[in-house]
Amino acid sequence: MTFRLTLTVNGQPRAIELDDPRVTLLDLLRERLGLTGSKKGCDRGQCGACTVLVDGRRVNSCLALALSLDGADVLTIEGLAHSLAPGEPLHPVQAAFIEHDGFQCGFCTPGQIMSAVGLIHEGRAGDDPERVREGMSGNLCRCGAYIGITQAVLDAQARMAGPGQGGAA
Amino acid sequence: MNRFDYVRAGSVAEAVAAAAEPGAAYLAAGTNLLDLMKGNIARPGRLVDVTHLPGLDRIEHLPGGGVRIGALVRNSDLAYDPDFARTHPAVAEALLSGASAQLRNAATVAGNLLQRTRCPYFYDPASACNKRDPGAGCDARSGETRLHAVLGWSEHCIATHPSDFCVPLVSLDAVVEIEGKAGARDVPLEALYRLPDSRPDRETVLAPGDLIVALRLPPEAAGFAAHSRYLKVRDRTSYAFAVVSAAASLRFEGGRIGEARVALGGVALKPWRARATEAVLAGAEPNERSFGEAADATLADAHPSGDNAYKIELARRLIVRALTLAAAGTPERMPALPASAFSGDALHA
Repeated sequence: MTFRLTLTVNGQPRAIELDDPRVTLLDLLRERLGLTGSKKGCDRGQCGACTVLVDGRRVNSCLALALSLDGADVLTIEGLAHSLAPGEPLHPVQAAFIEHDGFQCGFCTPGQIMSAVGLIHEGRAGDDPERVREGMSGNLCRCGAYIGITQAVLDAQARMAGPGQGGAA
Repeated sequence: MNRFDYVRAGSVAEAVAAAAEPGAAYLAAGTNLLDLMKGNIARPGRLVDVTHLPGLDRIEHLPGGGVRIGALVRNSDLAYDPDFARTHPAVAEALLSGASAQLRNAATVAGNLLQRTRCPYFYDPASACNKRDPGAGCDARSGETRLHAVLGWSEHCIATHPSDFCVPLVSLDAVVEIEGKAGARDVPLEALYRLPDSRPDRETVLAPGDLIVALRLPPEAAGFAAHSRYLKVRDRTSYAFAVVSAAASLRFEGGRIGEARVALGGVALKPWRARATEAVLAGAEPNERSFGEAADATLADAHPSGDNAYKIELARRLIVRALTLAAAGTPERMPALPASAFSGDALHA
């Protein structure tokens, strides 16, 4: 049996056919659409490495059945920079992670960055590092780059809130 | 993960008919169910996807003062609904103390109510578990029991219910609205769950096909808004299940407590309404002595199920602390660390 769904992935409408209803959003992105930026860490919703935005909200793509998201708008790390403007090399959150050493090995980084983008858009952490740490607790970093991650989120948020900076992701 | 038939329901009636078949399960966000299926703990032969059902994603503030929350409302949307957070602050705080932002963005209200225990023996197919396999025995009894139950357990099961959300909800007399083969009915949330007894695989009073369509809080629940807290002790300050938690809500009459609502989490296979505590507090002066006596009244029934006697004293202290914080008043803004004893406002109470 073939299952059909449509998704908008990084701004592109995609008509997708699945031969198996068990495919998660993460497996769809990585194995069928060639978007391997979102990482499979625990595959059980504990580590956050698979975080993407679905309809603008950060979720664990490993715990979402692709079929149940029919019609959704998905943004992954691959489409993040272009979500601001075509040809943009880096999103402000990506640039801030580089500037503040918000990673070491990099495996958790796509999930960290997508989660940070979601957090900033939720708009509740403000400039309070405690609220940023709490808001980012669903993303584990085995290398322990948490200090740089928190600084990067705070800095990116300040820049995105600044004059003339479009905040849309 | 086992193979399954995937059915997308177009209406509640269609969903109920499709899910009444043996082996069927409802799929909403899937944050718990897919986890269980990946571990081969849950093996439904049919998934009935209810995520697209219309009308179940609304928060309605009822004319009489109550609130009706659609089953598909996401945990974060409820916690951040400004009106709901103002009228039911302990419920919002409990929601925000659970899971991670990603999970709260996906997980639904009804899914939260029906999430399964996180007992590690339940999650390990190589362990004996009466909940997974009735009659198999319980390896937790002779195992690592630091986080297991101290109230309402049986020799067949010593697991705990993992939800934070449900703890203030039972204290505030929440009711679930259910649609089933026999039509619609209401069940108090507290009565939704069964204690383990001899059949811990029977977790709720839901029959095959029963679908929770909404959760309702009565008008009185908002009467505690000025003095309502949720407090949760956990192994990590964020993104961890409760070791023990307590919800405390007070309504004052003059200088005395008019009415108290108290419940415990992490201590039993259901969110534990502390009615004996509430009875002691009715008409009492709010002080450490009355709070301590009130806590003792509930914990007189507690017994360790293993190496967890410390949870009884911890629960006692947590009730006293939650009552102290509730008496001091609901904070104006959600604490940076919701429900944490290490939040600034909790440290200085």
